[in-house]
Amino acid sequence: MNTTIVTKRPRWQQQLRYKLQHGDRLWKLLLLLASISVVVLVLWIAWRLWDQSALSRHQFGWAFISPWAPSSWNPALDKFQAWPSIYGSLITSIIALLLAVPFSVGIAIFLAELAPPVLRAPLNYMVEMLAAVPSVVYGLWGIYVFLPLVVVPLGNALAATGGQLPLLGGLLKGPMPVSGLSRLGAALILTIMITPTIAAVSRDVLLAIPRSQREASLALGATQWETIWQVLIPYGLSGILGAVILGLGRAIGETMAVTMVIGNTTGGGNSILRPGYTMASIIANEFAEAVSDMHASALIEVGVVLFVVTLLLNALARWLVWSVNRKTMGS
Amino acid sequence: MQKDIFAQVDLPRVYRRRQLVNSVMLGLTGLFLVLAIIPLIWITVYVIIKGGHYINLDFFIHLPRPMGTSGGGVLQAIEGSFVMVIIASVIAIPPALLAAFYLVTAPNTPLATAVRFSTDLLAGIPSIVIGLFIYAIVVVTQKHYSALAGGIALSTIMLPVIIRSAEEMLKLVPRELREGALALGSPEWKAALRVMLPAAAEGILTGIMLSIARATGETAPLLFTALGNDNYEIGNMIRQGVRHHQSVLAILGQILDQPADALPLTLWKYAQQPYPERVQQAWAVALVLLLFVLTLNILARFWLSHRRRQLGE
Repeated sequence: MNTTIVTKRPRWQQQLRYKLQHGDRLWKLLLLLASISVVVLVLWIAWRLWDQSALSRHQFGWAFISPWAPSSWNPALDKFQAWPSIYGSLITSIIALLLAVPFSVGIAIFLAELAPPVLRAPLNYMVEMLAAVPSVVYGLWGIYVFLPLVVVPLGNALAATGGQLPLLGGLLKGPMPVSGLSRLGAALILTIMITPTIAAVSRDVLLAIPRSQREASLALGATQWETIWQVLIPYGLSGILGAVILGLGRAIGETMAVTMVIGNTTGGGNSILRPGYTMASIIANEFAEAVSDMHASALIEVGVVLFVVTLLLNALARWLVWSVNRKTMGS
Repeated sequence: MQKDIFAQVDLPRVYRRRQLVNSVMLGLTGLFLVLAIIPLIWITVYVIIKGGHYINLDFFIHLPRPMGTSGGGVLQAIEGSFVMVIIASVIAIPPALLAAFYLVTAPNTPLATAVRFSTDLLAGIPSIVIGLFIYAIVVVTQKHYSALAGGIALSTIMLPVIIRSAEEMLKLVPRELREGALALGSPEWKAALRVMLPAAAEGILTGIMLSIARATGETAPLLFTALGNDNYEIGNMIRQGVRHHQSVLAILGQILDQPADALPLTLWKYAQQPYPERVQQAWAVALVLLLFVLTLNILARFWLSHRRRQLGE
């Protein structure tokens, strides 16, 4: 140890150290830069996409996303209208949501309220693993296993029974493609994929509800189900709604699995038993081979729509979940 | 137990109905859970059986053969995934950790709120849109597809995942540690890097593992950034570079500058081809991918819960 030798640093070095507060100025600057860059990144993404879609926006205006404009997606004539793919995104996500919500809330209730402690950890693991499976793997399994074994028989049954219904008839018009590539297939795969997301967030919402709420309800003689249904669910409703909207955002943005099972065509009418496109799948399928600047620009505009929709949904979901957390902390 | 009581006492019908609704609905939630887990088991078992059947050593050490011929492997995809995940980690980890430090040292400033909100939004942006964005800023400027562009796209996916988990983990570090360091006269950065970071290191690492698992499985952001490349072989590039007496930097540039393949990208391309050999390889790729991603996930979560228990959370 040479503590006895005191070397004096040059004056300018001392001054510099003092000015930098021994490096803290620099450190704080780095922290600020990193933080600001995260915010800037989101804005940059928005601006860049907006900018790149200018060609298509000027050419087609609002008719591009209008449900009533005549639909056409013709790279040869440079005529583009995005409604069929927007419709595909909406219908698949809504069906997925309708199917996934009861499941996810049930699972959340089981995991938060009922699961015996021994089972809780492994069950939580499994639900989270379901969310971790890469979406291409879902897609591969979808094409070769899920479509032929589940979707085709189900689609045929739906076409046979529902095709004549007065209101839903148009949605269930057959024939179902032999391969099973259809909006129905995409919707069912999406159901499997978003269930763990909604379930995990709803479970956390339920777990955040104070014990006193349960105890008060049980003490009044309510059964466990009545406690859950009439006390806990209303208490956490906005949080669970947030989880559902988060799931909707994921369903709309999900790309690979959907691209692999939806059949990728701009035709297909309104029926869920026919193949179609979603906003994400049309970009995935066509962008690398975009034939003209207008085609690329139109696809980027679809990306802008996708971006805006998911942004709004996420902001709404976060706000809802956050409002529950605030409520629980307040009590 | 409860049933016996109800059998002895003749309770009004409404009570029995309530009890029935209770057991039916509670049973239903359990049933839903079982139904939800079926796909997981179905996928995992099916991929293991199918993929296990077609996987062999060639698969890991050879480049693809021409279409329609059997044999060959997906070395290019393994190397491409590896290179791009490394690029992504190098780009994403430092700023993510710095932002997380900012969030824990100044948790209530307007900027912190903005960062948290942006992180959530970033995590919610569909990965295909991230792909479009990176295409617009990197591929258009470079005028060609590259492993670098793919890596940058993946880094954008990893960034919010790491920020969130790192913030959580740094928040768990007891205040006294940081305050003690500061009270002893250590500058802020030393307290952060030498005291807080080691204390939270395991948790942060698990977060990074999860983000790597996520990035490895992503296809959409690579579709028009890395594009795919059947001949992406680092060994060849290095050998050629050495033969031509290129510098290390030039060889590295080569590796970053070429279009690259990745495991999920290969899986996507092979899955839709009419050649049965390719589809078989797609199953093998799915197996490798699934095992890698699930193992990382299980390890990370296991480690995390173990650590949490140690901290007495």
